[in-house]
Amino acid sequence: MSQSAVDVPPKGGFSFDLCKRNDMLIQKGLKAPSFLKTGTTIVGLIFKDGVILGADTRATEGPIVADKNCEKIHYMAPNIYCCGAGTAADTEAVTDMVSSQLRLHRYQTGRDSRVITGLTLLKKHLFSYQGHVSAALVLGGVDITGPHLHTIYPHGSTDTLPFATMGSGSLAAMSVFEAKYKEGLTRDEGIKLVAEAICSGIFNDLGSGSNVDICVITKGNKEYLRNYMEPNPRTYVSSKGYSFSKKTEVLLTKITPLMERVEITEVGEAMEE
Amino acid sequence: MTKQHANWSPYDNNGGTCVAIAGSDYCVIAADTRMSTGYSILSRDYSKIHKLADKAVLSSSGFQADVKALQKVLKSRHLIYQHQHNKQMSCPAMAQLLSNTLYFKRFFPYYAFNVLGGLDAEGKGCVFTYDAVGSYEKVGYSAQGSGSTLIMPFLDNQLKSPSPLLLPAQDSITPLSEAEAVDLVKTVFASATERDIYTGDKLEIMILKADGIKTELIDLRKD
Repeated sequence: MSQSAVDVPPKGGFSFDLCKRNDMLIQKGLKAPSFLKTGTTIVGLIFKDGVILGADTRATEGPIVADKNCEKIHYMAPNIYCCGAGTAADTEAVTDMVSSQLRLHRYQTGRDSRVITGLTLLKKHLFSYQGHVSAALVLGGVDITGPHLHTIYPHGSTDTLPFATMGSGSLAAMSVFEAKYKEGLTRDEGIKLVAEAICSGIFNDLGSGSNVDICVITKGNKEYLRNYMEPNPRTYVSSKGYSFSKKTEVLLTKITPLMERVEITEVGEAMEE
Repeated sequence: MTKQHANWSPYDNNGGTCVAIAGSDYCVIAADTRMSTGYSILSRDYSKIHKLADKAVLSSSGFQADVKALQKVLKSRHLIYQHQHNKQMSCPAMAQLLSNTLYFKRFFPYYAFNVLGGLDAEGKGCVFTYDAVGSYEKVGYSAQGSGSTLIMPFLDNQLKSPSPLLLPAQDSITPLSEAEAVDLVKTVFASATERDIYTGDKLEIMILKADGIKTELIDLRKD
Protein backbone atom coordinates (compact mmCIF):
# COMPACT_ATOMS: atom_id res chain seq x y z
CA MET A 1 0.00 0.00 0.00
CA SER A 2 1.57 3.27 -1.07
CA GLN A 3 2.01 6.00 1.46
CA SER A 4 -0.77 8.56 1.53
CA ALA A 5 -0.16 11.19 -1.13
CA VAL A 6 -1.66 14.09 0.79
CA ASP A 7 -0.53 15.00 4.28
CA VAL A 8 -2.71 17.37 6.27
CA PRO A 9 -0.56 20.17 7.69
CA PRO A 10 -0.45 19.98 11.49
CA LYS A 11 -2.04 23.38 12.08
CA GLY A 12 -4.68 23.22 9.28
CA GLY A 13 -4.64 25.43 6.19
CA PHE A 14 -3.95 24.62 2.54
CA SER A 15 -1.80 21.64 1.62
CA PHE A 16 0.41 22.57 -1.33
CA ASP A 17 1.64 18.97 -1.89
CA LEU A 18 -0.21 18.36 -5.14
CA CYS A 19 0.48 21.74 -6.72
CA LYS A 20 3.64 20.64 -8.54
CA ARG A 21 1.87 17.60 -9.98
CA ASN A 22 -1.11 19.72 -11.07
CA ASP A 23 1.22 22.15 -12.82
CA MET A 24 2.94 19.26 -14.61
CA LEU A 25 -0.41 17.88 -15.78
CA ILE A 26 -1.51 21.29 -17.07
CA GLN A 27 1.78 21.62 -18.96
CA LYS A 28 1.16 18.21 -20.51
CA GLY A 29 -2.17 19.47 -21.78
CA LEU A 30 -4.71 18.36 -19.19
CA LYS A 31 -7.59 20.79 -18.91
CA ALA A 32 -8.29 21.70 -15.31
CA PRO A 33 -11.93 21.07 -14.31
CA SER A 34 -13.99 24.21 -14.73
CA PHE A 35 -15.60 25.91 -11.77
CA LEU A 36 -19.17 27.04 -11.49
CA LYS A 37 -18.76 30.75 -10.83
CA THR A 38 -21.63 32.92 -9.82
CA GLY A 39 -20.39 35.91 -11.95
CA THR A 40 -22.61 38.05 -9.88
CA THR A 41 -23.96 41.32 -8.63
CA ILE A 42 -24.33 41.47 -4.83
CA VAL A 43 -24.96 44.61 -2.80
CA GLY A 44 -25.67 45.77 0.73
CA LEU A 45 -26.61 49.05 2.30
CA ILE A 46 -27.33 50.45 5.75
CA PHE A 47 -30.58 52.35 6.10
CA LYS A 48 -32.32 54.08 9.02
CA ASP A 49 -33.51 50.92 10.83
CA GLY A 50 -31.00 48.28 9.72
CA VAL A 51 -29.43 46.57 6.73
CA ILE A 52 -30.71 45.64 3.25
CA LEU A 53 -28.91 43.00 1.17
CA GLY A 54 -29.55 42.36 -2.53
CA ALA A 55 -28.39 39.84 -5.14
CA ASP A 56 -29.11 38.69 -8.69
CA THR A 57 -29.95 35.00 -9.40
CA ARG A 58 -27.77 33.87 -12.31
CA ALA A 59 -25.06 31.20 -11.95
CA THR A 60 -22.68 30.82 -14.93
CA GLU A 61 -20.27 28.14 -16.09
CA GLY A 62 -18.09 30.06 -18.52
CA PRO A 63 -20.45 31.56 -21.12
CA ILE A 64 -23.38 29.29 -20.27
CA VAL A 65 -26.05 29.95 -17.67
CA ALA A 66 -26.04 26.93 -15.36
CA ASP A 67 -28.79 28.10 -13.00
CA LYS A 68 -31.31 30.79 -13.96
CA ASN A 69 -32.66 31.21 -10.42
CA CYS A 70 -30.10 30.33 -7.77
CA GLU A 71 -30.02 31.74 -4.21
CA LYS A 72 -27.06 33.92 -3.40
CA ILE A 73 -28.23 35.36 -0.07
CA HIS A 74 -27.18 32.79 2.54
CA TYR A 75 -28.45 32.41 6.10
CA MET A 76 -25.80 32.87 8.78
CA ALA A 77 -27.88 33.54 11.90
CA PRO A 78 -31.46 34.71 12.56
CA ASN A 79 -30.17 38.29 12.50
CA ILE A 80 -27.28 37.92 10.02
CA TYR A 81 -27.31 37.14 6.28
CA CYS A 82 -24.45 36.89 3.79
CA CYS A 83 -24.39 37.40 0.00
CA GLY A 84 -21.76 35.41 -1.89
CA ALA A 85 -19.94 35.94 -5.19
CA GLY A 86 -17.20 33.84 -6.79
CA THR A 87 -17.08 30.05 -6.98
CA ALA A 88 -20.53 28.76 -5.98
CA ALA A 89 -19.21 25.75 -4.07
CA ASP A 90 -16.84 27.95 -2.07
CA THR A 91 -19.48 30.51 -1.06
CA GLU A 92 -21.93 27.75 -0.07
CA ALA A 93 -19.38 25.78 1.91
CA VAL A 94 -17.85 28.72 3.74
CA THR A 95 -21.20 30.31 4.71
CA ASP A 96 -22.65 26.95 5.84
CA MET A 97 -19.56 26.26 7.92
CA VAL A 98 -19.52 29.64 9.65
CA SER A 99 -23.29 29.49 10.15
CA SER A 100 -22.83 26.23 12.08
CA GLN A 101 -19.96 27.68 14.09
CA LEU A 102 -22.13 30.70 15.01
CA ARG A 103 -24.94 28.46 16.17
CA LEU A 104 -22.63 26.45 18.42
CA HIS A 105 -21.26 29.74 19.75
CA ARG A 106 -24.82 30.92 20.51
CA TYR A 107 -25.45 27.77 22.52
CA GLN A 108 -22.24 28.26 24.40
CA THR A 109 -22.67 31.96 25.20
CA GLY A 110 -26.46 32.09 25.49
CA ARG A 111 -26.49 35.32 23.49
CA ASP A 112 -27.49 36.36 19.95
CA SER A 113 -24.67 36.27 17.40
CA ARG A 114 -22.81 39.45 16.53
CA VAL A 115 -21.91 40.35 12.96
CA ILE A 116 -18.23 40.89 13.82
CA THR A 117 -18.06 37.30 15.15
CA GLY A 118 -19.16 35.99 11.75
CA LEU A 119 -16.76 38.42 10.10
CA THR A 120 -13.75 37.21 12.09
CA LEU A 121 -14.58 33.52 11.55
CA LEU A 122 -14.91 34.07 7.79
CA LYS A 123 -11.78 36.16 7.37
CA LYS A 124 -9.62 33.79 9.37
CA HIS A 125 -10.76 30.85 7.26
CA LEU A 126 -10.30 32.64 3.93
CA PHE A 127 -6.86 33.98 4.87
CA SER A 128 -5.59 30.56 5.90
CA TYR A 129 -6.46 29.32 2.38
CA GLN A 130 -4.46 32.18 0.85
CA GLY A 131 -7.16 33.16 -1.66
CA HIS A 132 -7.67 29.65 -3.06
CA VAL A 133 -11.17 29.59 -1.57
CA SER A 134 -12.67 31.95 -4.12
CA ALA A 135 -15.45 33.56 -2.07
CA ALA A 136 -16.17 37.29 -2.12
CA LEU A 137 -18.85 38.09 0.45
CA VAL A 138 -21.12 40.89 1.59
CA LEU A 139 -22.01 40.24 5.23
CA GLY A 140 -24.79 42.20 6.87
CA GLY A 141 -26.89 42.03 10.01
CA VAL A 142 -28.29 43.78 13.07
CA ASP A 143 -27.06 42.78 16.52
CA ILE A 144 -27.08 44.24 20.02
CA THR A 145 -24.50 46.87 19.00
CA GLY A 146 -26.52 48.03 15.97
CA PRO A 147 -26.58 47.47 12.19
CA HIS A 148 -23.35 46.35 10.48
CA LEU A 149 -22.26 45.85 6.87
CA HIS A 150 -18.95 44.32 5.80
CA THR A 151 -17.27 43.13 2.61
CA ILE A 152 -14.87 40.17 2.69
CA TYR A 153 -12.40 39.48 -0.12
CA PRO A 154 -11.13 36.00 -1.12
CA HIS A 155 -7.71 36.63 0.40
CA GLY A 156 -9.21 37.52 3.76
CA SER A 157 -9.23 41.32 3.91
CA THR A 158 -12.40 43.08 5.07
CA ASP A 159 -13.98 46.52 4.86
CA THR A 160 -16.72 48.07 6.97
CA LEU A 161 -18.94 50.27 4.84
CA PRO A 162 -22.31 52.07 4.74
CA PHE A 163 -22.93 50.62 1.25
CA ALA A 164 -21.06 47.91 -0.65
CA THR A 165 -21.09 45.95 -3.91
CA MET A 166 -19.19 42.80 -4.99
CA GLY A 167 -19.01 40.48 -8.00
CA SER A 168 -18.55 41.04 -11.74
CA GLY A 169 -21.47 43.49 -11.73
CA SER A 170 -20.12 45.46 -8.78
CA LEU A 171 -19.09 48.46 -10.91
CA ALA A 172 -22.52 48.74 -12.51
CA ALA A 173 -24.20 48.52 -9.08
CA MET A 174 -21.73 50.86 -7.38
CA SER A 175 -22.38 53.57 -9.97
CA VAL A 176 -26.04 53.57 -8.88
CA PHE A 177 -25.13 53.67 -5.18
CA GLU A 178 -22.59 56.46 -5.58
CA ALA A 179 -25.17 58.54 -7.44
CA LYS A 180 -28.17 57.98 -5.19
CA TYR A 181 -27.14 56.81 -1.71
CA LYS A 182 -27.69 59.04 1.28
CA GLU A 183 -27.74 58.39 5.03
CA GLY A 184 -31.00 57.74 6.84
CA LEU A 185 -32.92 56.13 3.98
CA THR A 186 -36.35 54.75 4.81
CA ARG A 187 -37.14 51.08 4.26
CA ASP A 188 -38.96 51.63 0.97
CA GLU A 189 -36.31 54.02 -0.36
CA GLY A 190 -33.62 51.51 0.59
CA ILE A 191 -35.35 48.59 -1.11
CA LYS A 192 -35.93 50.68 -4.24
CA LEU A 193 -32.25 51.69 -4.36
CA VAL A 194 -31.00 48.14 -3.84
CA ALA A 195 -33.34 46.83 -6.56
CA GLU A 196 -32.12 49.57 -8.91
CA ALA A 197 -28.47 48.70 -8.24
CA ILE A 198 -29.05 44.98 -8.83
CA CYS A 199 -31.00 45.72 -12.01
CA SER A 200 -28.10 47.83 -13.23
CA GLY A 201 -25.87 44.79 -12.74
CA ILE A 202 -28.40 42.44 -14.34
CA PHE A 203 -28.76 44.48 -17.54
CA ASN A 204 -25.23 45.81 -17.96
CA ASP A 205 -23.12 42.87 -16.77
CA LEU A 206 -23.26 39.63 -18.76
CA GLY A 207 -22.28 37.57 -15.70
CA SER A 208 -25.42 38.65 -13.83
CA GLY A 209 -29.04 38.22 -14.77
CA SER A 210 -32.55 36.90 -14.16
CA ASN A 211 -34.25 38.03 -10.92
CA VAL A 212 -33.61 40.29 -7.91
CA ASP A 213 -33.46 38.81 -4.38
CA ILE A 214 -33.68 41.15 -1.38
CA CYS A 215 -33.22 40.62 2.36
CA VAL A 216 -34.20 43.32 4.88
CA ILE A 217 -32.79 42.94 8.42
CA THR A 218 -33.92 45.18 11.26
CA LYS A 219 -33.71 44.94 15.06
CA GLY A 220 -35.48 41.74 16.02
CA ASN A 221 -36.91 41.09 12.53
CA LYS A 222 -35.85 39.91 9.09
CA GLU A 223 -37.64 39.64 5.74
CA TYR A 224 -36.27 37.44 2.97
CA LEU A 225 -37.90 38.66 -0.25
CA ARG A 226 -37.02 35.89 -2.71
CA ASN A 227 -37.55 36.97 -6.34
CA TYR A 228 -38.63 40.46 -5.24
CA MET A 229 -38.44 41.53 -8.88
CA GLU A 230 -38.60 39.42 -12.04
CA PRO A 231 -37.70 41.81 -14.86
CA ASN A 232 -36.76 39.08 -17.37
CA PRO A 233 -39.69 36.99 -18.52
CA ARG A 234 -39.19 34.64 -21.48
CA THR A 235 -39.73 36.75 -24.58
CA TYR A 236 -41.22 34.27 -27.00
CA VAL A 237 -43.18 31.10 -26.47
CA SER A 238 -44.32 29.37 -29.61
CA SER A 239 -48.10 29.02 -29.65
CA LYS A 240 -48.07 25.70 -31.45
CA GLY A 241 -45.37 24.05 -29.36
CA TYR A 242 -42.85 21.47 -30.52
CA SER A 243 -42.95 17.69 -30.46
CA PHE A 244 -40.04 15.30 -30.34
CA SER A 245 -40.56 12.06 -32.27
CA LYS A 246 -39.86 8.96 -30.28
CA LYS A 247 -36.64 7.66 -31.75
CA THR A 248 -36.03 4.98 -29.12
CA GLU A 249 -37.25 1.47 -29.94
CA VAL A 250 -37.64 -1.35 -27.48
CA LEU A 251 -35.71 -4.20 -29.10
CA LEU A 252 -36.04 -6.86 -26.43
CA THR A 253 -37.60 -7.18 -23.01
CA LYS A 254 -35.97 -9.90 -20.98
CA ILE A 255 -35.39 -10.16 -17.29
CA THR A 256 -32.20 -12.02 -16.38
CA PRO A 257 -31.81 -12.87 -12.71
CA LEU A 258 -28.23 -12.03 -11.79
CA MET A 259 -28.05 -13.88 -8.53
CA GLU A 260 -29.44 -17.29 -7.81
CA ARG A 261 -30.73 -18.33 -4.46
CA VAL A 262 -27.83 -19.74 -2.51
CA GLU A 263 -28.22 -22.52 0.01
CA ILE A 264 -26.28 -21.95 3.22
CA THR A 265 -25.18 -25.05 5.02
CA GLU A 266 -23.74 -24.91 8.48
CA VAL A 267 -20.27 -26.41 8.38
CA GLY A 268 -17.60 -26.22 11.02
CA GLU A 269 -17.70 -24.95 14.54
CA ALA A 270 -19.50 -21.92 15.80
CA MET A 271 -17.39 -18.78 16.10
CA GLU A 272 -15.69 -18.24 19.41
CA GLU A 273 -16.94 -15.31 21.32
CA MET B 1 13.38 26.22 -22.34
CA THR B 2 9.62 26.79 -22.50
CA LYS B 3 8.26 28.82 -25.41
CA GLN B 4 7.51 32.42 -24.55
CA HIS B 5 3.84 33.18 -25.04
CA ALA B 6 2.51 36.49 -26.32
CA ASN B 7 0.93 38.74 -23.70
CA TRP B 8 -1.21 40.42 -26.37
CA SER B 9 -3.77 38.84 -28.70
CA PRO B 10 -4.83 40.41 -32.01
CA TYR B 11 -8.27 38.84 -31.64
CA ASP B 12 -11.31 39.54 -29.48
CA ASN B 13 -14.65 37.76 -29.45
CA ASN B 14 -17.69 40.01 -29.72
CA GLY B 15 -20.11 37.13 -29.20
CA GLY B 16 -23.50 36.63 -30.82
CA THR B 17 -25.28 33.87 -32.68
CA CYS B 18 -26.31 33.49 -36.35
CA VAL B 19 -28.80 31.04 -37.80
CA ALA B 20 -30.02 30.35 -41.35
CA ILE B 21 -32.69 28.00 -42.65
CA ALA B 22 -33.34 27.18 -46.33
CA GLY B 23 -36.86 26.58 -47.62
CA SER B 24 -38.35 25.56 -50.97
CA ASP B 25 -38.77 29.16 -52.17
CA TYR B 26 -37.37 31.26 -49.30
CA CYS B 27 -34.35 31.59 -47.07
CA VAL B 28 -34.46 32.81 -43.46
CA ILE B 29 -31.31 34.40 -42.00
CA ALA B 30 -31.39 35.51 -38.37
CA ALA B 31 -28.92 36.91 -35.85
CA ASP B 32 -29.10 38.59 -32.45
CA THR B 33 -28.07 42.24 -32.18
CA ARG B 34 -25.86 42.13 -29.10
CA MET B 35 -22.18 43.04 -29.43
CA SER B 36 -20.12 42.35 -26.32
CA THR B 37 -16.56 42.13 -25.06
CA GLY B 38 -15.59 40.21 -21.94
CA TYR B 39 -18.46 40.70 -19.49
CA SER B 40 -19.53 44.09 -20.91
CA ILE B 41 -22.04 45.05 -23.57
CA LEU B 42 -20.75 47.30 -26.37
CA SER B 43 -24.02 47.62 -28.27
CA ARG B 44 -27.57 46.30 -27.97
CA ASP B 45 -28.35 47.25 -31.55
CA TYR B 46 -25.57 45.97 -33.80
CA SER B 47 -26.61 44.19 -37.00
CA LYS B 48 -24.64 41.07 -37.87
CA ILE B 49 -26.50 40.48 -41.15
CA HIS B 50 -25.18 42.04 -44.35
CA LYS B 51 -26.47 41.88 -47.89
CA LEU B 52 -23.71 41.00 -50.32
CA ALA B 53 -25.78 40.58 -53.48
CA ASP B 54 -29.48 40.50 -54.39
CA LYS B 55 -29.65 36.76 -53.73
CA ALA B 56 -26.87 36.35 -51.15
CA VAL B 57 -26.90 37.52 -47.52
CA LEU B 58 -24.04 36.94 -45.08
CA SER B 59 -24.38 36.65 -41.32
CA SER B 60 -21.18 36.53 -39.25
CA SER B 61 -20.41 36.23 -35.57
CA GLY B 62 -16.97 36.38 -33.96
CA PHE B 63 -14.56 39.31 -34.07
CA GLN B 64 -16.54 42.12 -35.68
CA ALA B 65 -13.48 44.08 -36.80
CA ASP B 66 -12.41 41.07 -38.90
CA VAL B 67 -16.02 40.69 -40.11
CA LYS B 68 -16.05 44.31 -41.30
CA ALA B 69 -12.73 43.81 -43.11
CA LEU B 70 -14.01 40.58 -44.70
CA GLN B 71 -17.14 42.35 -45.96
CA LYS B 72 -15.09 45.14 -47.53
CA VAL B 73 -13.08 42.58 -49.49
CA LEU B 74 -16.21 40.68 -50.61
CA LYS B 75 -18.01 43.90 -51.59
CA SER B 76 -15.15 45.09 -53.78
CA ARG B 77 -14.71 41.66 -55.39
CA HIS B 78 -18.46 41.59 -56.10
CA LEU B 79 -18.26 45.03 -57.73
CA ILE B 80 -15.43 43.81 -59.99
CA TYR B 81 -17.51 40.75 -60.90
CA GLN B 82 -20.46 42.96 -61.80
CA HIS B 83 -18.26 45.08 -64.08
CA GLN B 84 -16.79 42.01 -65.76
CA HIS B 85 -19.93 39.87 -66.13
CA ASN B 86 -22.69 42.48 -66.29
CA LYS B 87 -24.76 40.68 -63.67
CA GLN B 88 -24.93 40.07 -59.90
CA MET B 89 -23.14 37.09 -58.35
CA SER B 90 -25.28 34.03 -57.65
CA CYS B 91 -25.35 32.57 -54.15
CA PRO B 92 -23.23 29.47 -54.95
CA ALA B 93 -20.66 31.73 -56.66
CA MET B 94 -20.55 34.03 -53.61
CA ALA B 95 -20.15 30.94 -51.44
CA GLN B 96 -17.02 29.88 -53.32
CA LEU B 97 -15.66 33.45 -53.26
CA LEU B 98 -16.10 33.61 -49.47
CA SER B 99 -14.33 30.28 -49.03
CA ASN B 100 -11.37 31.42 -51.16
CA THR B 101 -11.18 34.77 -49.36
CA LEU B 102 -11.05 33.04 -45.97
CA TYR B 103 -8.42 30.51 -47.02
CA PHE B 104 -6.30 33.29 -48.47
CA LYS B 105 -5.61 34.26 -44.86
CA ARG B 106 -5.05 30.68 -43.71
CA PHE B 107 -2.11 31.63 -41.47
CA PHE B 108 -3.61 34.74 -39.86
CA PRO B 109 -7.32 33.98 -40.15
CA TYR B 110 -10.36 36.21 -40.10
CA TYR B 111 -11.93 35.40 -36.71
CA ALA B 112 -15.34 35.21 -38.34
CA PHE B 113 -17.91 32.41 -38.11
CA ASN B 114 -20.05 32.76 -41.19
CA VAL B 115 -23.38 31.58 -42.44
CA LEU B 116 -24.28 32.52 -46.01
CA GLY B 117 -27.94 32.35 -47.02
CA GLY B 118 -29.71 33.04 -50.27
CA LEU B 119 -31.59 31.74 -53.29
CA ASP B 120 -29.99 29.65 -56.01
CA ALA B 121 -30.60 29.90 -59.77
CA GLU B 122 -33.88 27.94 -59.50
CA GLY B 123 -35.22 30.13 -56.71
CA LYS B 124 -34.82 27.48 -53.99
CA GLY B 125 -33.28 28.49 -50.67
CA CYS B 126 -29.64 27.60 -50.03
CA VAL B 127 -27.50 27.90 -46.89
CA PHE B 128 -23.71 27.58 -46.73
CA THR B 129 -21.91 27.17 -43.43
CA TYR B 130 -18.23 27.98 -42.86
CA ASP B 131 -15.45 27.59 -40.35
CA ALA B 132 -12.87 30.34 -39.72
CA VAL B 133 -10.53 29.29 -42.55
CA GLY B 134 -12.98 28.67 -45.37
CA SER B 135 -14.10 25.05 -45.19
CA TYR B 136 -17.72 25.16 -46.35
CA GLU B 137 -20.68 22.96 -47.07
CA LYS B 138 -24.12 23.48 -48.61
CA VAL B 139 -26.69 22.57 -45.97
CA GLY B 140 -30.39 22.95 -45.28
CA TYR B 141 -29.87 24.91 -42.04
CA SER B 142 -27.03 26.03 -39.81
CA ALA B 143 -26.14 27.92 -36.63
CA GLN B 144 -22.81 29.60 -35.83
CA GLY B 145 -21.53 31.64 -32.93
CA SER B 146 -21.67 31.50 -29.13
CA GLY B 147 -25.17 29.98 -29.00
CA SER B 148 -24.63 27.50 -31.86
CA THR B 149 -24.04 24.52 -29.55
CA LEU B 150 -27.38 25.23 -27.90
CA ILE B 151 -29.29 25.68 -31.17
CA MET B 152 -27.92 23.07 -33.60
CA PRO B 153 -29.13 19.97 -31.71
CA PHE B 154 -32.65 21.38 -31.63
CA LEU B 155 -32.58 22.22 -35.34
CA ASP B 156 -31.22 18.73 -36.06
CA ASN B 157 -34.14 17.27 -34.14
CA GLN B 158 -36.83 19.41 -35.77
CA LEU B 159 -35.51 19.68 -39.33
CA LYS B 160 -34.24 16.10 -39.68
CA SER B 161 -31.59 16.61 -42.32
CA PRO B 162 -30.88 13.49 -44.41
CA SER B 163 -27.30 12.28 -44.38
CA PRO B 164 -25.13 13.86 -47.10
CA LEU B 165 -23.63 10.41 -47.71
CA LEU B 166 -26.88 8.91 -49.01
CA LEU B 167 -27.33 8.03 -52.69
CA PRO B 168 -29.14 9.35 -54.67
CA ALA B 169 -28.18 12.80 -53.32
CA GLN B 170 -31.09 14.16 -51.32
CA ASP B 171 -32.07 17.78 -50.92
CA SER B 172 -31.55 19.11 -47.43
CA ILE B 173 -34.11 21.87 -47.85
CA THR B 174 -36.84 21.90 -45.25
CA PRO B 175 -40.46 21.34 -46.31
CA LEU B 176 -41.64 23.78 -43.61
CA SER B 177 -43.58 26.88 -44.62
CA GLU B 178 -42.06 30.33 -44.23
CA ALA B 179 -44.20 31.12 -41.17
CA GLU B 180 -43.23 27.86 -39.48
CA ALA B 181 -39.54 28.46 -40.14
CA VAL B 182 -39.75 31.99 -38.67
CA ASP B 183 -41.58 30.60 -35.61
CA LEU B 184 -38.82 28.01 -35.20
CA VAL B 185 -36.14 30.70 -35.40
CA LYS B 186 -37.88 32.86 -32.76
CA THR B 187 -38.25 29.89 -30.39
CA VAL B 188 -34.66 28.83 -30.88
CA PHE B 189 -33.27 32.30 -30.14
CA ALA B 190 -35.52 32.79 -27.10
CA SER B 191 -34.16 29.50 -25.73
CA ALA B 192 -30.52 30.27 -26.56
CA THR B 193 -30.86 33.69 -24.89
CA GLU B 194 -31.95 32.01 -21.65
CA ARG B 195 -28.73 30.02 -21.38
CA ASP B 196 -26.04 31.92 -23.31
CA ILE B 197 -24.86 35.19 -21.80
CA TYR B 198 -23.56 36.52 -25.13
CA THR B 199 -26.91 36.18 -26.94
CA GLY B 200 -29.80 38.57 -26.36
CA ASP B 201 -31.20 42.12 -26.68
CA LYS B 202 -32.90 41.91 -30.09
CA LEU B 203 -33.35 39.37 -32.86
CA GLU B 204 -33.07 40.47 -36.48
CA ILE B 205 -34.72 38.15 -38.99
CA MET B 206 -34.22 38.59 -42.75
CA ILE B 207 -36.44 36.63 -45.12
CA LEU B 208 -35.22 36.32 -48.71
CA LYS B 209 -37.70 35.52 -51.42
CA ALA B 210 -37.67 35.90 -55.21
CA ASP B 211 -39.60 39.18 -55.01
CA GLY B 212 -37.46 40.85 -52.34
CA ILE B 213 -36.17 40.94 -48.77
CA LYS B 214 -38.28 41.40 -45.61
CA THR B 215 -36.83 42.26 -42.21
CA GLU B 216 -38.35 41.65 -38.76
CA LEU B 217 -37.01 42.85 -35.38
CA ILE B 218 -38.05 40.94 -32.22
CA ASP B 219 -37.18 41.77 -28.59
CA LEU B 220 -35.10 39.27 -26.60
CA ARG B 221 -34.05 39.18 -22.94
CA LYS B 222 -31.75 42.06 -22.12
CA ASP B 223 -29.95 40.61 -19.08
